[in-house]
Amino acid sequence: MKLLTHNMLTSHVKGVTKGYPLLIKATEVKVNEVEFNPKFVCRMIPKLEWSTLVQAADQLGHREELPGELVPDYEKNEDFLKKVHRVLLEVEVIEGCLQCPESGREFPISKGIPNMLLNEDEA
Amino acid sequence: MKLKELESCLQQVDTFEEPKILLEQYPTSPHIAACMLYTIHSSFDDIEGKLVADLGCGCGVLSIGAAMLDAGLCVGFDIDEDALEIFRRNAEEFELSNVDLLQCDLCHLEVETYAQRFDTVIMNPPFGTKHNQDL
Repeated sequence: MKLLTHNMLTSHVKGVTKGYPLLIKATEVKVNEVEFNPKFVCRMIPKLEWSTLVQAADQLGHREELPGELVPDYEKNEDFLKKVHRVLLEVEVIEGCLQCPESGREFPISKGIPNMLLNEDEA
Repeated sequence: MKLKELESCLQQVDTFEEPKILLEQYPTSPHIAACMLYTIHSSFDDIEGKLVADLGCGCGVLSIGAAMLDAGLCVGFDIDEDALEIFRRNAEEFELSNVDLLQCDLCHLEVETYAQRFDTVIMNPPFGTKHNQDL
């Protein structure tokens, strides 16, 4: 699971009003090389919940120098874009789970694939 | 990449070992997948460098094609872990780093929230012949 994907995931357990962001509890994390596309990273940034991304990177121990708030004029800052690229696309959670912040329900991640399926009584 | 090359690559994608009838599983043919993706890519420029969602991805034929056409990231959504496992293996064999997989029930998602984030949504979903009308 990449952090770009995690940034969108919410818990849909019945009755939960704020199932975002999901807490990441990772037991295995990998960093893979992904081709850097600055335009893509630039376009993704406004779609992100920035604080969620930073928190997630922190939880994985991969925050490095990612700032707590967006720097102005980031479009031209290649260094910054590379850091974002790394955290969005290269860091991957292979094993672990995602926890709903409200209900505490845990969604397992196995072989990099989070399982967000709900049980009958939760849907 | 040319259309014929894409189709040829997609022919190497492994598909369902034992398709589940109730989920209406069937692979998208390499020819259809290639034509569809190629058109989306060359006529509309909606794949390269874009955030793509593949809803009901199954074994990932469409996602793999999108990844090969240099999607920024292609996220595959499916309910069946067996299909996702085949997709995962496919992505590994093709050495694609710009795909991500998610197991979920699309009927339970708030599709609008996700749809806003993605540039492009591709799919070849179940048609509702086996009690899948919600889709």
